[in-house]
Amino acid sequence: MDKKIKVIIDNKSVEVAPGTTIYQAAKQAGVDIPVLCYMNLHDLGVENKPGGCRICVVEVEGRKNLAPSCSTECTEGMVVRTHSVRVLNARKNVLELILSDHPKDCLLCQKSGRCELQDLAVRMGIREIHAVENALVSTYRKDESPSIIRNMDKCVMCRRCETICNEVQTVGALSAVNRGFNAVVATAFEQDLKDSRCTFCGQCVAVCPTGALTEVDHTPKIINALADPSKTVIVQTAPAVRAALGEEFGFAPGTLVTGKMVTALRRLGFDKVFDTDFAADLTIMEEGTELLKRITGYLNGDKTVKLPILTSCCPAWVNFFEWNYPDMLDVPSSAKSPQQMFGALAKTYFAKMMGIDRKNLVVVSVMPCLAKKYECQRDEFKVDGNPDVDYSISTRELAHLIKLANIDFASLPDSGFDDPMGESTGASVIFGVTGGVIEAAVRTAYEIYTGRKLESVDFHELRGFEGIRTATIDFNGLKLNIGIAHKLGNARKLLDGIRAGMYNFHAIEIMACPGGCIGGAGQPLHHGDSSIIQARMDAIYREDAGKKIRKSHENPYIKRVYGDFLGYPMSEKAHELLHTHYFKKEKL
Amino acid sequence: MKKIELSDCDLKVISDICAKYEKKESELINILHKIQSHFGYLPEEVQRAVASELDIPVARVYGVVTFYSFFTMQPKGKYAVSVCLGTACYVRGAEAVVAALEKELGIKVGGVTDDGLFSLDCLRCVGACGLAPVMMVGEKVYGRVTPEQVGHILDEYRRNS
Repeated sequence: MDKKIKVIIDNKSVEVAPGTTIYQAAKQAGVDIPVLCYMNLHDLGVENKPGGCRICVVEVEGRKNLAPSCSTECTEGMVVRTHSVRVLNARKNVLELILSDHPKDCLLCQKSGRCELQDLAVRMGIREIHAVENALVSTYRKDESPSIIRNMDKCVMCRRCETICNEVQTVGALSAVNRGFNAVVATAFEQDLKDSRCTFCGQCVAVCPTGALTEVDHTPKIINALADPSKTVIVQTAPAVRAALGEEFGFAPGTLVTGKMVTALRRLGFDKVFDTDFAADLTIMEEGTELLKRITGYLNGDKTVKLPILTSCCPAWVNFFEWNYPDMLDVPSSAKSPQQMFGALAKTYFAKMMGIDRKNLVVVSVMPCLAKKYECQRDEFKVDGNPDVDYSISTRELAHLIKLANIDFASLPDSGFDDPMGESTGASVIFGVTGGVIEAAVRTAYEIYTGRKLESVDFHELRGFEGIRTATIDFNGLKLNIGIAHKLGNARKLLDGIRAGMYNFHAIEIMACPGGCIGGAGQPLHHGDSSIIQARMDAIYREDAGKKIRKSHENPYIKRVYGDFLGYPMSEKAHELLHTHYFKKEKL
Repeated sequence: MKKIELSDCDLKVISDICAKYEKKESELINILHKIQSHFGYLPEEVQRAVASELDIPVARVYGVVTFYSFFTMQPKGKYAVSVCLGTACYVRGAEAVVAALEKELGIKVGGVTDDGLFSLDCLRCVGACGLAPVMMVGEKVYGRVTPEQVGHILDEYRRNS
């Protein structure tokens, strides 16, 4: 091991490994240097370090100019001061310059109260901006897509979104364009986001420190629907929401608030509170059956069968392969995502059961995701213009609705989901984390294929934060090779490998967001703290372990919906309602 | 912006230039430089073709094109007129030269005359400060230009076309 380096930061001595930055060393010394552009989700392999904003400057003894602590490495014997008069003046000056062309309509901004620039101004005690008199305030047209709103006049050029979009997700929709005062992060030719190759994964929104990138807010539409006596309004909640919603109400990250969430939704006035998890169990029945069918066909020498099968629950991932792998559209599973399976079933099976017209049934989904807003607007998920899922709102929007309705969330009693689309298994809960969908599929596929009972349902080899993971599961002699990727850049690596014939996978799970849906762009903001995402992951596995039934095919209500309505997995009816097809998107 | 259609011949020019630089992303600026000197400007379609050749996002190409003032997405006139606004030229009256050119050509800086003959731009120091103020027509440099001379200089080109 390399020799440790000794540095002194604000009179505190610390020993750090070579290559450690002043910012990281300061953390070890208990000194919290403010940052703006810098962001490091260490466990998730996401780092933005352009050294551009200069908020984190510090004084280094013997060095003439101030050093950006986020990108300056420690050297032996370095003496650093993080709050000398010189540093404080410089930092304040820099912040005033950043604020000088920033719109000052904080009270009306969607990010107000959770804006890192605002927090910084509070922390630095900015009361006036001396920098420039009559400074121009940035103006840039507003751009609204189905999922994301870009208010680029609020862009501070931290370039976190550009890093996420290009280096982490390899989507390449965003780039810094123009220069000087006009510099902004934008799409090619400054088109609307909806016309770019954006997948709507929303990770740019998840990391934006200001109100430059925000989500489309559907809460007013839902308030109106709930107040309309001619409408029956039902809601479905995705697995990852229950592991994060509490954070918006002061609960520690990783607190499960399933019961309180259900009570809150009922108090908001939803006629039925259902669970997307139910549809996740259904997804396993369809996708698992498709997996076994393809594998059996392959083993029997059917040359038309394509392997590996890829999961198709993640709408950003679906967009990504439609843009980038138009030659491989027959590889992903044709199974719809749980959100859309739920919608299709709600507007047929449930509507019929209740005797209501689909036009008078409003289906709302609560998702950790922004791409789901786009997904439910896709034409193939509509019948005569009426969408299967009417509105998709994020975890943050649900928290906002609860606050608007004056509900004291912390004191709510627990309650359970409604029947028949509220019952779910542990297998469906883990859909919210990377590796979870494939683990759920394995639990069911194993028992169906081998006819044996699974000894242990916990497949630890499929879990974790590693960007690309592989495992081989023994199906009583059949060795099933499984690949897992989260973040679209890792998905690209796997897909390129498959295209080149490098891999021998039978099944691959892909989720677009870091850590899976728990790190989705609709979740409470993590502000660069990856331990929050870890805590949510732990919560999801806790919820799974606490469930009486942990295998999708054992869900009694799933058995019932097949018995009463669908017939059997991949039946004609199931094909019509629960499966979809993909479209080639023109590469820009 | 007006859409243009690239011919197979145009695409081959782009492809050949990219190939000359081994389709390396790190050569993007050089590639754009060469392509601009062929087409005179870098319209959207050309940028898309370059992105596709290099297998990089077109947003990145656009980012580079909009960052460097040398690159332009506007077609230039047959004769590109530019006036140096570097410090030396500026203090010796380059602004008045620009005003005279705008009046003479009937266009603003950044514009192209209707007949496509002239375009007008400003640039920073051309390294001929001793001759300030300096204007260029194409590659030719004119020193110690006065607003009164502008018309005569342009007439030379008008006669030749």
